[in-house]
Amino acid sequence: MDDLRKAAETNIKEYGFPVAIDEKSGALQWVDMRDLHLKYVISIENIQNFYEGLREGKLLATKCKKCGELFFPPQKDCPKCMDDDMEWVELKNEGVLETLTVIFVRPPSFASYDPYTVAIARLDDGVKITAWLKGDPQKVRPGQRVKVEVSKRKEGYLMYEIVPVEG
Amino acid sequence: MAVAIIGAGQSKFGTRKDVNVAELAWEAVKPAMQSANVEQKDIDFMVVGTAGMWSSEAAVPALMYEYGKFEDVGSMRVEAACATGNAAIRVGYTAIESGEADVVLVLGVEKMQESPNPTVIELIGRFGSYFWEFENFGLTFPGYYALHATAYMAKYGATEEDFARVAVKNHHYGAKNPYAQFQREISLEKALNSPYVAWPFKLFDCSPITDGSAAVILASEEKVKEWGIEEKIWILGQGVGTGTANLSRRESFTSLRSAAYAAEVAYKKAGIDMDAPYKYLDGADVHDCFTAAEVIAYEDLRFAKRGEGVQLVREEQTYIGGRIPVNVDGGLKAKGHPIGATGVSQAVEAWKQLLSKAENGRQVDVKNGRYLAHNVGGTGHYSYVTIYGLEKR
Repeated sequence: MDDLRKAAETNIKEYGFPVAIDEKSGALQWVDMRDLHLKYVISIENIQNFYEGLREGKLLATKCKKCGELFFPPQKDCPKCMDDDMEWVELKNEGVLETLTVIFVRPPSFASYDPYTVAIARLDDGVKITAWLKGDPQKVRPGQRVKVEVSKRKEGYLMYEIVPVEG
Repeated sequence: MAVAIIGAGQSKFGTRKDVNVAELAWEAVKPAMQSANVEQKDIDFMVVGTAGMWSSEAAVPALMYEYGKFEDVGSMRVEAACATGNAAIRVGYTAIESGEADVVLVLGVEKMQESPNPTVIELIGRFGSYFWEFENFGLTFPGYYALHATAYMAKYGATEEDFARVAVKNHHYGAKNPYAQFQREISLEKALNSPYVAWPFKLFDCSPITDGSAAVILASEEKVKEWGIEEKIWILGQGVGTGTANLSRRESFTSLRSAAYAAEVAYKKAGIDMDAPYKYLDGADVHDCFTAAEVIAYEDLRFAKRGEGVQLVREEQTYIGGRIPVNVDGGLKAKGHPIGATGVSQAVEAWKQLLSKAENGRQVDVKNGRYLAHNVGGTGHYSYVTIYGLEKR
Protein backbone atom coordinates (compact mmCIF):
# COMPACT_ATOMS: atom_id res chain seq x y z
CA MET A 1 0.00 0.00 0.00
CA ASP A 2 2.88 2.36 0.80
CA ASP A 3 4.35 1.60 -2.62
CA LEU A 4 1.01 2.40 -4.23
CA ARG A 5 0.81 5.64 -2.32
CA LYS A 6 4.30 6.66 -3.39
CA ALA A 7 3.50 5.81 -7.00
CA ALA A 8 0.29 7.85 -6.74
CA GLU A 9 2.18 10.83 -5.35
CA THR A 10 4.64 10.66 -8.22
CA ASN A 11 1.82 10.21 -10.68
CA ILE A 12 0.01 13.33 -9.46
CA LYS A 13 2.96 15.29 -10.77
CA GLU A 14 3.58 13.26 -13.91
CA TYR A 15 0.09 12.13 -14.87
CA GLY A 16 -2.13 14.62 -13.11
CA PHE A 17 -4.00 12.16 -10.86
CA PRO A 18 -3.31 10.04 -7.74
CA VAL A 19 -3.31 6.80 -9.66
CA ALA A 20 -1.14 3.69 -9.63
CA ILE A 21 -1.01 0.37 -11.40
CA ASP A 22 -1.78 -2.74 -9.35
CA GLU A 23 1.29 -4.92 -9.77
CA LYS A 24 -0.44 -8.29 -9.98
CA SER A 25 -3.38 -7.46 -12.23
CA GLY A 26 -2.02 -4.45 -14.08
CA ALA A 27 -5.32 -2.69 -13.41
CA LEU A 28 -5.30 1.06 -12.83
CA GLN A 29 -6.22 2.13 -9.29
CA TRP A 30 -7.18 5.50 -7.85
CA VAL A 31 -5.30 5.77 -4.56
CA ASP A 32 -7.64 7.42 -2.03
CA MET A 33 -6.24 10.72 -0.79
CA ARG A 34 -8.33 10.68 2.41
CA ASP A 35 -7.06 8.93 5.54
CA LEU A 36 -9.40 7.52 8.14
CA HIS A 37 -7.95 7.04 11.59
CA LEU A 38 -10.24 5.29 14.07
CA LYS A 39 -9.90 5.60 17.81
CA TYR A 40 -12.84 4.99 20.13
CA VAL A 41 -13.71 6.48 23.51
CA ILE A 42 -15.57 3.88 25.57
CA SER A 43 -17.50 4.56 28.78
CA ILE A 44 -16.36 2.66 31.88
CA GLU A 45 -18.35 4.93 34.19
CA ASN A 46 -20.46 2.05 35.55
CA ILE A 47 -17.64 -0.45 35.97
CA GLN A 48 -15.13 1.83 37.66
CA ASN A 49 -14.91 -0.60 40.58
CA PHE A 50 -13.49 -3.24 38.30
CA TYR A 51 -10.48 -1.04 37.62
CA GLU A 52 -10.19 -0.05 41.27
CA GLY A 53 -10.08 -3.80 41.99
CA LEU A 54 -7.31 -4.41 39.47
CA ARG A 55 -5.27 -1.67 41.15
CA GLU A 56 -5.51 -3.69 44.37
CA GLY A 57 -4.70 -6.93 42.54
CA LYS A 58 -8.28 -8.17 42.80
CA LEU A 59 -10.56 -9.51 40.10
CA LEU A 60 -14.09 -8.15 40.59
CA ALA A 61 -17.44 -9.09 39.09
CA THR A 62 -20.96 -7.76 39.58
CA LYS A 63 -23.57 -9.84 41.37
CA CYS A 64 -27.32 -9.23 41.39
CA LYS A 65 -28.45 -8.62 44.96
CA LYS A 66 -31.85 -10.18 44.21
CA CYS A 67 -31.14 -13.33 42.22
CA GLY A 68 -27.43 -13.78 42.91
CA GLU A 69 -26.47 -14.05 39.22
CA LEU A 70 -22.77 -13.36 38.74
CA PHE A 71 -21.63 -11.29 35.76
CA PHE A 72 -18.20 -11.36 34.17
CA PRO A 73 -17.35 -9.24 32.29
CA PRO A 74 -19.10 -7.11 34.90
CA GLN A 75 -22.32 -5.44 33.82
CA LYS A 76 -24.47 -2.71 35.27
CA ASP A 77 -27.88 -4.34 34.83
CA CYS A 78 -29.43 -7.67 35.75
CA PRO A 79 -31.59 -8.73 32.80
CA LYS A 80 -33.22 -11.50 34.89
CA CYS A 81 -34.56 -9.17 37.58
CA MET A 82 -34.84 -6.20 35.22
CA ASP A 83 -33.07 -4.39 37.99
CA ASP A 84 -29.72 -2.69 38.48
CA ASP A 85 -29.25 -3.43 42.16
CA MET A 86 -25.77 -4.93 41.87
CA GLU A 87 -22.95 -5.50 44.28
CA TRP A 88 -19.27 -5.94 43.53
CA VAL A 89 -17.75 -9.24 44.58
CA GLU A 90 -14.23 -10.59 44.35
CA LEU A 91 -13.89 -13.63 42.08
CA LYS A 92 -11.93 -16.72 42.98
CA ASN A 93 -8.86 -16.12 40.91
CA GLU A 94 -8.29 -19.80 40.22
CA GLY A 95 -9.86 -22.10 37.74
CA VAL A 96 -9.42 -24.47 34.83
CA LEU A 97 -8.12 -23.73 31.33
CA GLU A 98 -10.84 -24.38 28.73
CA THR A 99 -9.17 -23.47 25.47
CA LEU A 100 -6.34 -21.45 23.95
CA THR A 101 -4.77 -20.22 20.72
CA VAL A 102 -1.52 -18.55 19.77
CA ILE A 103 -1.96 -15.49 17.57
CA PHE A 104 0.87 -15.46 15.03
CA VAL A 105 -0.61 -13.09 12.45
CA ARG A 106 -1.28 -10.03 14.59
CA PRO A 107 -3.32 -6.92 13.84
CA PRO A 108 -1.08 -3.90 13.17
CA SER A 109 -2.19 -2.42 16.49
CA PHE A 110 -0.55 -5.43 18.24
CA ALA A 111 2.55 -5.46 16.05
CA SER A 112 4.85 -4.46 18.91
CA TYR A 113 4.08 -7.74 20.69
CA ASP A 114 5.57 -11.16 19.94
CA PRO A 115 3.02 -13.89 19.08
CA TYR A 116 0.75 -14.05 22.09
CA THR A 117 -1.44 -16.76 23.59
CA VAL A 118 -5.10 -16.02 24.23
CA ALA A 119 -6.89 -18.39 26.59
CA ILE A 120 -10.30 -18.85 28.13
CA ALA A 121 -10.50 -20.22 31.66
CA ARG A 122 -13.47 -21.21 33.79
CA LEU A 123 -12.98 -19.77 37.26
CA ASP A 124 -14.07 -21.75 40.29
CA ASP A 125 -17.05 -19.39 40.75
CA GLY A 126 -18.38 -20.58 37.41
CA VAL A 127 -17.73 -17.53 35.25
CA LYS A 128 -15.26 -17.62 32.38
CA ILE A 129 -12.52 -15.18 31.56
CA THR A 130 -10.61 -14.40 28.38
CA ALA A 131 -7.04 -13.15 28.72
CA TRP A 132 -3.47 -13.65 27.59
CA LEU A 133 -1.81 -16.77 28.93
CA LYS A 134 1.61 -16.31 30.51
CA GLY A 135 4.30 -18.83 29.64
CA ASP A 136 4.84 -21.54 27.07
CA PRO A 137 1.54 -22.51 25.40
CA GLN A 138 2.99 -25.89 24.43
CA LYS A 139 3.26 -26.84 28.09
CA VAL A 140 -0.43 -26.42 28.88
CA ARG A 141 -3.58 -28.25 27.87
CA PRO A 142 -7.30 -27.68 28.36
CA GLY A 143 -8.16 -29.02 31.81
CA GLN A 144 -5.03 -27.54 33.36
CA ARG A 145 -5.36 -25.56 36.61
CA VAL A 146 -4.70 -21.83 36.17
CA LYS A 147 -4.90 -18.63 38.17
CA VAL A 148 -5.54 -15.04 37.23
CA GLU A 149 -2.92 -12.43 38.07
CA VAL A 150 -2.73 -8.72 37.56
CA SER A 151 0.36 -7.42 35.84
CA LYS A 152 1.56 -4.43 33.91
CA ARG A 153 1.30 -4.23 30.14
CA LYS A 154 4.10 -3.00 27.92
CA GLU A 155 2.15 0.24 27.52
CA GLY A 156 2.31 0.71 31.30
CA TYR A 157 -1.30 0.01 32.30
CA LEU A 158 -2.63 -2.82 34.46
CA MET A 159 -4.24 -5.89 32.95
CA TYR A 160 -5.16 -9.38 34.09
CA GLU A 161 -3.53 -12.50 32.71
CA ILE A 162 -4.00 -16.24 33.00
CA VAL A 163 -1.09 -18.08 34.58
CA PRO A 164 -0.68 -21.87 34.71
CA VAL A 165 -0.51 -23.34 38.21
CA GLU A 166 2.46 -25.68 38.67
CA GLY A 167 1.93 -29.33 39.48
CA MET B 1 -46.95 -16.92 0.81
CA ALA B 2 -44.25 -19.26 -0.53
CA VAL B 3 -41.08 -17.63 -1.81
CA ALA B 4 -38.98 -18.81 -4.75
CA ILE B 5 -35.60 -17.92 -6.20
CA ILE B 6 -36.31 -17.30 -9.87
CA GLY B 7 -32.91 -16.02 -10.94
CA ALA B 8 -29.32 -16.10 -9.70
CA GLY B 9 -25.91 -14.78 -10.61
CA GLN B 10 -22.50 -14.20 -9.19
CA SER B 11 -19.22 -12.59 -10.09
CA LYS B 12 -15.88 -14.30 -10.21
CA PHE B 13 -14.55 -14.17 -6.64
CA GLY B 14 -10.98 -13.16 -5.91
CA THR B 15 -8.76 -10.11 -6.23
CA ARG B 16 -10.84 -7.81 -8.40
CA LYS B 17 -8.69 -4.75 -8.98
CA ASP B 18 -10.26 -4.55 -12.44
CA VAL B 19 -13.65 -3.29 -11.19
CA ASN B 20 -15.10 -0.88 -8.64
CA VAL B 21 -17.89 -1.74 -6.17
CA ALA B 22 -20.78 -0.92 -8.53
CA GLU B 23 -19.23 -2.73 -11.49
CA LEU B 24 -18.51 -5.77 -9.33
CA ALA B 25 -22.09 -5.81 -8.01
CA TRP B 26 -23.51 -5.52 -11.52
CA GLU B 27 -21.62 -8.68 -12.52
CA ALA B 28 -24.03 -10.55 -10.22
CA VAL B 29 -27.16 -8.43 -10.66
CA LYS B 30 -27.16 -8.68 -14.46
CA PRO B 31 -27.17 -12.50 -14.74
CA ALA B 32 -29.63 -12.72 -11.82
CA MET B 33 -32.09 -10.44 -13.62
CA GLN B 34 -31.50 -12.10 -16.97
CA SER B 35 -32.00 -15.64 -15.66
CA ALA B 36 -35.18 -14.50 -13.88
CA ASN B 37 -36.27 -12.65 -17.01
CA VAL B 38 -37.15 -9.54 -15.00
CA GLU B 39 -36.55 -5.85 -15.62
CA GLN B 40 -35.82 -3.01 -13.21
CA LYS B 41 -39.50 -2.03 -13.11
CA ASP B 42 -40.47 -5.49 -11.83
CA ILE B 43 -38.40 -5.14 -8.64
CA ASP B 44 -40.42 -4.03 -5.58
CA PHE B 45 -37.61 -4.01 -3.09
CA MET B 46 -33.83 -4.21 -3.13
CA VAL B 47 -31.79 -5.57 -0.23
CA VAL B 48 -28.02 -5.19 -0.22
CA GLY B 49 -25.88 -7.22 2.14
CA THR B 50 -22.53 -5.56 2.65
CA ALA B 51 -20.45 -5.41 5.81
CA GLY B 52 -18.33 -2.63 4.37
CA MET B 53 -15.75 -0.62 6.32
CA TRP B 54 -12.87 -1.85 4.18
CA SER B 55 -14.37 -0.48 0.99
CA SER B 56 -14.94 3.12 0.04
CA GLU B 57 -18.66 3.15 -0.68
CA ALA B 58 -21.08 2.99 2.28
CA ALA B 59 -24.45 3.68 0.63
CA VAL B 60 -24.33 0.69 -1.69
CA PRO B 61 -28.13 0.32 -2.21
CA ALA B 62 -28.28 3.88 -3.56
CA LEU B 63 -25.13 3.31 -5.58
CA MET B 64 -26.74 0.29 -7.24
CA TYR B 65 -30.04 2.10 -7.69
CA GLU B 66 -28.13 4.67 -9.70
CA TYR B 67 -25.76 2.32 -11.54
CA GLY B 68 -28.51 -0.19 -12.38
CA LYS B 69 -31.10 2.43 -13.34
CA PHE B 70 -33.72 1.20 -10.91
CA GLU B 71 -36.87 3.26 -10.40
CA ASP B 72 -39.34 3.69 -7.55
CA VAL B 73 -38.00 0.90 -5.41
CA GLY B 74 -37.46 0.58 -1.66
CA SER B 75 -34.05 -0.51 -0.49
CA MET B 76 -31.94 -1.17 2.56
CA ARG B 77 -28.46 -2.22 3.57
CA VAL B 78 -28.10 -5.25 5.87
CA GLU B 79 -25.17 -6.31 8.05
CA ALA B 80 -24.67 -9.46 10.14
CA ALA B 81 -20.90 -9.90 9.98
CA CYS B 82 -20.05 -12.93 7.81
CA ALA B 83 -23.75 -13.92 7.70
CA THR B 84 -24.61 -10.61 6.05
CA GLY B 85 -25.61 -12.31 2.78
CA ASN B 86 -28.10 -14.63 4.39
CA ALA B 87 -29.44 -11.81 6.55
CA ALA B 88 -30.16 -9.97 3.30
CA ILE B 89 -31.99 -13.04 1.98
CA ARG B 90 -33.91 -13.12 5.26
CA VAL B 91 -35.11 -9.55 4.75
CA GLY B 92 -36.16 -10.24 1.16
CA TYR B 93 -37.81 -13.53 2.05
CA THR B 94 -39.84 -12.10 4.92
CA ALA B 95 -40.83 -9.07 2.83
CA ILE B 96 -42.47 -11.41 0.33
CA GLU B 97 -43.79 -13.86 2.93
CA SER B 98 -45.58 -11.00 4.67
CA GLY B 99 -47.16 -9.76 1.46
CA GLU B 100 -45.17 -6.53 1.54
CA ALA B 101 -43.41 -7.25 -1.75
CA ASP B 102 -43.77 -9.55 -4.76
CA VAL B 103 -40.33 -9.43 -6.34
CA VAL B 104 -37.13 -8.66 -4.44
CA LEU B 105 -33.55 -8.28 -5.60
CA VAL B 106 -31.10 -9.53 -3.00
CA LEU B 107 -27.50 -8.53 -3.60
CA GLY B 108 -24.45 -9.39 -1.56
CA VAL B 109 -21.27 -7.53 -2.36
CA GLU B 110 -17.92 -6.93 -0.73
CA LYS B 111 -14.75 -5.39 -2.03
CA MET B 112 -12.41 -6.21 0.84
CA GLN B 113 -9.25 -5.60 -1.13
CA GLU B 114 -9.91 -1.87 -1.44
CA SER B 115 -8.07 -1.81 1.90
CA PRO B 116 -4.61 -3.26 2.56
CA ASN B 117 -4.58 -6.68 4.29
CA PRO B 118 -3.34 -5.39 7.68
CA THR B 119 -6.29 -2.98 7.86
CA VAL B 120 -8.70 -5.79 6.98
CA ILE B 121 -7.17 -8.01 9.70
CA GLU B 122 -7.58 -5.13 12.14
CA LEU B 123 -11.25 -4.64 11.19
CA ILE B 124 -12.29 -8.31 11.17
CA GLY B 125 -10.80 -8.81 14.63
CA ARG B 126 -13.55 -6.56 15.92
CA PHE B 127 -16.34 -8.99 14.99
CA GLY B 128 -16.56 -10.28 18.56
CA SER B 129 -16.79 -8.23 21.72
CA TYR B 130 -14.52 -5.31 20.99
CA PHE B 131 -13.83 -4.13 24.51
CA TRP B 132 -13.23 -7.39 26.39
CA GLU B 133 -11.63 -9.36 23.58
CA PHE B 134 -9.95 -7.12 21.04
CA GLU B 135 -8.89 -3.95 22.83
CA ASN B 136 -6.67 -5.66 25.36
CA PHE B 137 -6.15 -9.17 24.06
CA GLY B 138 -5.93 -8.72 20.31
CA LEU B 139 -8.10 -11.67 19.35
CA THR B 140 -8.04 -11.95 15.60
CA PHE B 141 -10.76 -13.63 13.60
CA PRO B 142 -8.75 -16.82 13.00
CA GLY B 143 -8.06 -16.66 16.75
CA TYR B 144 -11.75 -16.81 17.65
CA TYR B 145 -12.28 -19.98 15.65
CA ALA B 146 -8.92 -21.39 16.76
CA LEU B 147 -10.25 -21.31 20.33
CA HIS B 148 -12.99 -23.65 19.11
CA ALA B 149 -10.59 -25.82 17.11
CA THR B 150 -8.33 -26.33 20.14
CA ALA B 151 -11.28 -27.24 22.35
CA TYR B 152 -12.53 -29.68 19.70
CA MET B 153 -9.10 -31.30 19.39
CA ALA B 154 -8.79 -31.68 23.16
CA LYS B 155 -12.28 -33.17 23.54
CA TYR B 156 -12.50 -35.45 20.52
CA GLY B 157 -8.91 -36.17 19.53
CA ALA B 158 -9.03 -34.38 16.17
CA THR B 159 -5.68 -33.39 14.68
CA GLU B 160 -4.31 -30.58 12.56
CA GLU B 161 -4.16 -33.12 9.74
CA ASP B 162 -7.90 -33.79 10.04
CA PHE B 163 -8.58 -30.09 9.61
CA ALA B 164 -6.19 -29.89 6.67
CA ARG B 165 -8.21 -32.59 4.90
CA VAL B 166 -11.18 -30.20 4.85
CA ALA B 167 -9.03 -27.67 2.97
CA VAL B 168 -7.86 -30.36 0.54
CA LYS B 169 -11.50 -31.29 -0.24
CA ASN B 170 -12.63 -27.72 -0.69
CA HIS B 171 -9.71 -26.87 -2.96
CA HIS B 172 -10.47 -30.05 -4.93
CA TYR B 173 -13.91 -28.66 -5.74
CA GLY B 174 -12.77 -25.04 -6.00
CA ALA B 175 -10.54 -26.20 -8.85
CA LYS B 176 -13.70 -27.17 -10.75
CA ASN B 177 -15.54 -23.90 -10.09
CA PRO B 178 -14.78 -21.12 -12.59
CA TYR B 179 -16.14 -18.54 -10.11
CA ALA B 180 -13.77 -19.59 -7.30
CA GLN B 181 -10.87 -17.47 -6.06
CA PHE B 182 -8.52 -20.49 -5.91
CA GLN B 183 -8.96 -22.86 -8.81
CA ARG B 184 -6.18 -25.23 -7.89
CA GLU B 185 -5.94 -28.40 -5.86
CA ILE B 186 -3.64 -28.57 -2.87
CA SER B 187 -1.89 -31.51 -1.28
CA LEU B 188 -2.22 -32.45 2.37
CA GLU B 189 1.51 -31.75 2.77
CA LYS B 190 1.17 -28.27 1.34
CA ALA B 191 -1.67 -27.47 3.73
CA LEU B 192 0.22 -28.89 6.71
CA ASN B 193 3.45 -27.10 5.86
CA SER B 194 1.94 -23.64 5.56
CA PRO B 195 2.79 -21.09 8.28
CA TYR B 196 0.70 -20.67 11.43
CA VAL B 197 -1.86 -17.87 11.50
CA ALA B 198 -3.47 -18.68 14.85
CA TRP B 199 -2.49 -22.06 16.24
CA PRO B 200 -3.78 -24.68 15.39
CA PHE B 201 -4.72 -22.91 12.15
CA LYS B 202 -2.23 -22.48 9.37
CA LEU B 203 -2.61 -20.42 6.22
CA PHE B 204 -4.50 -23.21 4.41
CA ASP B 205 -6.99 -23.57 7.26
CA CYS B 206 -8.21 -20.02 6.66
CA SER B 207 -10.53 -18.55 4.07
CA PRO B 208 -9.02 -15.67 2.11
CA ILE B 209 -9.73 -11.95 1.88
CA THR B 210 -11.91 -11.66 -1.19
CA ASP B 211 -13.75 -9.33 -3.55
CA GLY B 212 -17.00 -10.65 -4.96
CA SER B 213 -20.71 -10.31 -5.48
CA ALA B 214 -23.75 -12.58 -5.70
CA ALA B 215 -27.41 -11.87 -6.38
CA VAL B 216 -30.74 -13.67 -6.42
CA ILE B 217 -34.21 -12.60 -7.49
CA LEU B 218 -36.90 -13.68 -5.03
CA ALA B 219 -40.54 -13.87 -6.10
CA SER B 220 -43.85 -14.73 -4.49
CA GLU B 221 -45.72 -17.90 -5.43
CA GLU B 222 -48.33 -15.69 -7.06
CA LYS B 223 -45.75 -14.02 -9.34
CA VAL B 224 -44.20 -17.38 -10.18
CA LYS B 225 -47.62 -18.57 -11.34
CA GLU B 226 -48.47 -15.33 -13.14
CA TRP B 227 -45.20 -15.38 -15.08
CA GLY B 228 -45.25 -19.15 -15.56
CA ILE B 229 -41.71 -19.48 -14.22
CA GLU B 230 -40.37 -23.00 -14.62
CA GLU B 231 -36.77 -22.65 -13.47
CA LYS B 232 -36.98 -21.93 -9.76
CA ILE B 233 -36.19 -23.22 -6.32
CA TRP B 234 -38.20 -22.56 -3.17
CA ILE B 235 -37.10 -21.41 0.25
CA LEU B 236 -38.49 -24.26 2.36
CA GLY B 237 -37.40 -22.97 5.72
CA GLN B 238 -34.95 -20.71 7.44
CA GLY B 239 -33.72 -20.55 11.01
CA VAL B 240 -31.81 -17.70 12.60
CA GLY B 241 -29.83 -17.85 15.82
CA THR B 242 -27.80 -15.38 17.87
CA GLY B 243 -24.83 -15.95 20.14
CA THR B 244 -23.15 -13.95 22.89
CA ALA B 245 -20.67 -11.25 21.91
CA ASN B 246 -18.05 -12.54 24.37
CA LEU B 247 -16.90 -16.08 23.71
CA SER B 248 -16.31 -16.36 27.45
CA ARG B 249 -20.09 -16.26 27.92
CA ARG B 250 -20.51 -19.45 25.84
CA GLU B 251 -21.15 -22.80 27.46
CA SER B 252 -19.19 -24.81 24.94
CA PHE B 253 -16.46 -24.29 22.37
CA THR B 254 -17.11 -27.50 20.45
CA SER B 255 -20.41 -26.29 19.03
CA LEU B 256 -21.99 -23.02 17.92
CA ARG B 257 -25.23 -23.04 19.82
CA SER B 258 -26.79 -20.38 17.57
CA ALA B 259 -26.14 -22.59 14.53
CA ALA B 260 -27.56 -25.71 16.15
CA TYR B 261 -30.66 -23.69 17.07
CA ALA B 262 -30.99 -22.19 13.57
CA ALA B 263 -30.72 -25.69 12.09
CA GLU B 264 -33.46 -27.03 14.35
CA VAL B 265 -35.81 -24.20 13.36
CA ALA B 266 -35.02 -24.61 9.65
CA TYR B 267 -35.48 -28.41 9.71
CA LYS B 268 -38.80 -28.05 11.50
CA LYS B 269 -40.06 -25.50 8.97
CA ALA B 270 -38.90 -27.63 6.05
CA GLY B 271 -40.39 -30.81 7.52
CA ILE B 272 -37.04 -32.57 7.77
CA ASP B 273 -36.40 -35.37 10.25
CA MET B 274 -33.94 -34.16 12.87
CA ASP B 275 -32.46 -37.63 13.44
CA ALA B 276 -30.91 -37.96 9.99
CA PRO B 277 -31.44 -34.71 8.10
CA TYR B 278 -28.74 -35.58 5.54
CA LYS B 279 -31.05 -38.25 4.14
CA TYR B 280 -33.38 -35.46 3.00
CA LEU B 281 -30.69 -33.33 1.39
CA ASP B 282 -28.65 -33.61 -1.80
CA GLY B 283 -25.86 -31.44 -0.49
CA ALA B 284 -24.92 -28.49 1.64
CA ASP B 285 -22.87 -25.34 1.69
CA VAL B 286 -21.53 -24.81 5.19
CA HIS B 287 -19.62 -21.88 6.62
CA ASP B 288 -16.01 -23.05 6.40
CA CYS B 289 -14.34 -19.72 7.12
CA PHE B 290 -11.85 -21.99 8.90
CA THR B 291 -11.45 -25.73 8.42
CA ALA B 292 -12.49 -26.66 11.96
CA ALA B 293 -15.65 -24.59 11.51
CA GLU B 294 -16.75 -26.99 8.77
CA VAL B 295 -16.26 -29.99 11.07
CA ILE B 296 -18.23 -28.32 13.87
CA ALA B 297 -20.93 -27.41 11.31
CA TYR B 298 -21.38 -31.11 10.43
CA GLU B 299 -22.35 -31.68 14.05
CA ASP B 300 -24.44 -28.55 14.57
CA LEU B 301 -26.38 -29.50 11.42
CA ARG B 302 -26.69 -33.12 12.62
CA PHE B 303 -24.87 -34.63 9.66
CA ALA B 304 -22.91 -36.47 12.35
CA LYS B 305 -23.24 -37.05 16.08
CA ARG B 306 -21.22 -34.92 18.49
CA GLY B 307 -17.55 -35.77 18.21
CA GLU B 308 -18.08 -37.75 15.01
CA GLY B 309 -17.85 -34.88 12.51
CA VAL B 310 -14.15 -35.57 12.20
CA GLN B 311 -14.98 -39.13 11.11
CA LEU B 312 -16.86 -37.73 8.12
CA VAL B 313 -13.66 -35.97 7.12
CA ARG B 314 -11.45 -39.03 7.61
CA GLU B 315 -13.85 -41.23 5.62
CA GLU B 316 -14.34 -38.60 2.90
CA GLN B 317 -18.10 -38.73 3.52
CA THR B 318 -18.55 -35.10 2.47
CA TYR B 319 -17.23 -35.60 -1.06
CA ILE B 320 -19.79 -36.26 -3.85
CA GLY B 321 -20.88 -39.87 -3.39
CA GLY B 322 -20.48 -39.79 0.39
CA ARG B 323 -23.07 -39.34 3.13
CA ILE B 324 -23.60 -35.71 2.10
CA PRO B 325 -21.57 -33.58 -0.33
CA VAL B 326 -20.43 -30.38 1.39
CA ASN B 327 -18.98 -27.25 -0.20
CA VAL B 328 -18.62 -28.67 -3.68
CA ASP B 329 -18.31 -25.06 -4.89
CA GLY B 330 -15.02 -24.81 -2.99
CA GLY B 331 -16.61 -23.32 0.11
CA LEU B 332 -15.40 -20.12 1.67
CA LYS B 333 -11.97 -21.74 1.79
CA ALA B 334 -11.38 -22.00 -1.97
CA LYS B 335 -14.29 -20.13 -3.53
CA GLY B 336 -13.44 -17.16 -1.33
CA HIS B 337 -15.24 -15.22 1.38
CA PRO B 338 -16.37 -11.75 0.33
CA ILE B 339 -18.26 -11.22 3.61
CA GLY B 340 -21.55 -9.78 2.31
CA ALA B 341 -21.63 -11.93 -0.82
CA THR B 342 -20.99 -15.30 0.84
CA GLY B 343 -24.54 -16.06 2.04
CA VAL B 344 -26.08 -15.00 -1.26
CA SER B 345 -23.48 -17.04 -3.13
CA GLN B 346 -24.61 -20.09 -1.14
CA ALA B 347 -28.14 -19.48 -2.47
CA VAL B 348 -26.73 -19.18 -5.99
CA GLU B 349 -25.02 -22.53 -5.44
CA ALA B 350 -28.26 -24.16 -4.18
CA TRP B 351 -29.97 -22.83 -7.31
CA LYS B 352 -27.26 -24.21 -9.59
CA GLN B 353 -27.09 -27.59 -7.87
CA LEU B 354 -30.83 -28.21 -7.64
CA LEU B 355 -31.38 -27.14 -11.25
CA SER B 356 -28.39 -29.29 -12.32
CA LYS B 357 -26.48 -26.31 -13.68
CA ALA B 358 -23.23 -26.91 -11.77
CA GLU B 359 -19.98 -27.37 -13.67
CA ASN B 360 -18.53 -30.77 -14.55
CA GLY B 361 -17.11 -32.72 -11.65
CA ARG B 362 -18.96 -30.80 -8.99
CA GLN B 363 -22.61 -31.49 -9.74
CA VAL B 364 -24.30 -33.53 -7.02
CA ASP B 365 -26.95 -36.16 -7.73
CA VAL B 366 -30.31 -34.47 -7.30
CA LYS B 367 -32.44 -37.16 -5.68
CA ASN B 368 -34.16 -35.45 -2.78
CA GLY B 369 -34.46 -32.03 -4.37
CA ARG B 370 -33.24 -30.21 -1.27
CA TYR B 371 -30.07 -28.24 -0.54
CA LEU B 372 -28.93 -26.61 2.70
CA ALA B 373 -26.98 -23.41 3.33
CA HIS B 374 -25.34 -22.67 6.67
CA ASN B 375 -24.00 -19.15 7.06
CA VAL B 376 -22.38 -17.97 10.28
CA GLY B 377 -21.63 -14.38 11.25
CA GLY B 378 -18.82 -13.81 13.69
CA THR B 379 -18.10 -16.97 15.67
CA GLY B 380 -21.73 -17.98 15.94
CA HIS B 381 -22.75 -14.44 16.81
CA TYR B 382 -25.35 -14.74 14.06
CA SER B 383 -26.28 -18.04 12.43
CA TYR B 384 -28.53 -18.65 9.45
CA VAL B 385 -29.60 -22.04 8.15
CA THR B 386 -31.67 -21.99 4.98
CA ILE B 387 -33.16 -24.97 3.17
CA TYR B 388 -33.93 -24.72 -0.52
CA GLY B 389 -36.05 -27.16 -2.51
CA LEU B 390 -37.30 -27.95 -5.99
CA GLU B 391 -40.79 -28.65 -4.71
CA LYS B 392 -42.80 -26.18 -2.69
CA ARG B 393 -43.64 -27.40 0.80
